[in-house]
Amino acid sequence: MMPVHRHTLLVLLLSVFTLMPAHAEEPSSELYQALGERSGIETIVKELLGRIADDERIASQFKGIDVRRFHRNLSDQLCQLSGGPCSYSGNDMRSVHAGMGVSDTQFNALAEQLVRAMEEEGMPTWAQNRLLERLVPLHEDIVDVPAEAAPTR
Amino acid sequence: MNKAWTPPILALGIGLVLSPMASADPPGSRLWGTGGVNSIEGSAGGGLSPWATLAGYASDEEWGGTVALSRANTQDYTLNVQGAAFNWRNRIELSFARQELTLDTLAFTPTLQPFGESDLTQDVFGVKARLAGDLIYSPYGQWSLGAQHKRHRVSEIPAAVGAEDDTGTDVYLSGSKLFLAGPFDRNLVVNGTLRATRANQGGLLGFGGDQRDSHELVAEASAGLFLRRDWLIGGEYRQKPDNLGFAGEDDWWDLYVAWIPDRRLTVTAAYVNLGDIAGLASQDGAYLSVEGSF
Ligand code: HEM
Repeated sequence: MMPVHRHTLLVLLLSVFTLMPAHAEEPSSELYQALGERSGIETIVKELLGRIADDERIASQFKGIDVRRFHRNLSDQLCQLSGGPCSYSGNDMRSVHAGMGVSDTQFNALAEQLVRAMEEEGMPTWAQNRLLERLVPLHEDIVDVPAEAAPTR
Repeated sequence: MNKAWTPPILALGIGLVLSPMASADPPGSRLWGTGGVNSIEGSAGGGLSPWATLAGYASDEEWGGTVALSRANTQDYTLNVQGAAFNWRNRIELSFARQELTLDTLAFTPTLQPFGESDLTQDVFGVKARLAGDLIYSPYGQWSLGAQHKRHRVSEIPAAVGAEDDTGTDVYLSGSKLFLAGPFDRNLVVNGTLRATRANQGGLLGFGGDQRDSHELVAEASAGLFLRRDWLIGGEYRQKPDNLGFAGEDDWWDLYVAWIPDRRLTVTAAYVNLGDIAGLASQDGAYLSVEGSF
């Protein structure tokens, strides 16, 4: 048997402890305010659209989409996710992105452009982080979803 | 002049980093800072301990890597490290580090005599594979298995201090997770590593000794907080074996700040505390590292 170093268990316990989420989710419109409410979010999404079009990692995926619909639906979605008074009326994330073959590279690229768009609009770091935190659970419904995928739960 | 030569891979890497400087193409698509930096052993992570994430910014359809120059200065020693790492599709990392340790002060310890006569140079060849998960997108983070094969280029020191071997291999399992909007709504990255090793002072004083000559399981942990996406502060802790009878070996720890002005460049400064090394007490001091990503 390999001997275990004196404090190994202690350090392990400490790292498991720090691995636990730092705080629980509290729904609030603080984030919505920080993003500049509905109009601020629309500006961010518009900025994002321009960046998507210029980003060769992802632009091709968006060729020929209904840009106005995309703008409206993504704005609604971000508004709702940030605690604002909107309700998303687009299709569910899983069936929208099914069969597109969205890669991690592309998801990361879009996340990067969203961060840059928020920076461009002067959003504070904490608000950027919180919005990303709320988008992360969508990753599994967007990346590498097979064409015949069933809708989200 | 010591006989340090710039490994070709380093020269190639520097070329790759510098040549497209003007272009807007990023070096890869993963988010800022998520590859950590080139550790003193070449593997991506903190300065002293690896992370589960792979070097640089390559995501699942990309390749990339890093090259780095690092230096640690304590009361009696200077460690210079040239490191490089290559990342294929965020799945496999291959790394190399050349470590050169010099004794700066005249120490009248008979065992350290060979320091004056020869450079202490150790090469570390590393491989790391991402087993499962993603640093950000998986609830349980990212898990990787790695190995570091270390060999001395001149073998006088390990023998002089009573080490059994001048080559050795560490195997480690790392888990890393980034919590978006953690404390103070800042992104928090935490890492834990379990390492099987019989290296003395990371291998710089050889492998195995009179006290113990088998692999031992040690734990390493680190955490860092992104103040913004371009500033990361944190600390690391690394347990170490204690195999040599002639001098005790202490655990290592550090406090660091990393600046990421661009995905192509990371500058890390740290306070490192390495404890007693080869009988010279309480070695602590400054660490500085400059890394380019391609
Ligand atoms: C956080 C990441 C993402 C979010 C929150 C998101 C959200 C959305 C939303 C709300 C829509 C509109 C759905 C509708 O109109 O019913 C949409 C459509 C679309 N998304 Fe995503 N998406 C994300 C990532 C991606 C990525 C990485 C790609 C590919 C590179 C992508 C490609 C598309 C395309 C092409 C459409 C248009 C579909 C159509 O109208 O036919 N999305 N997305």
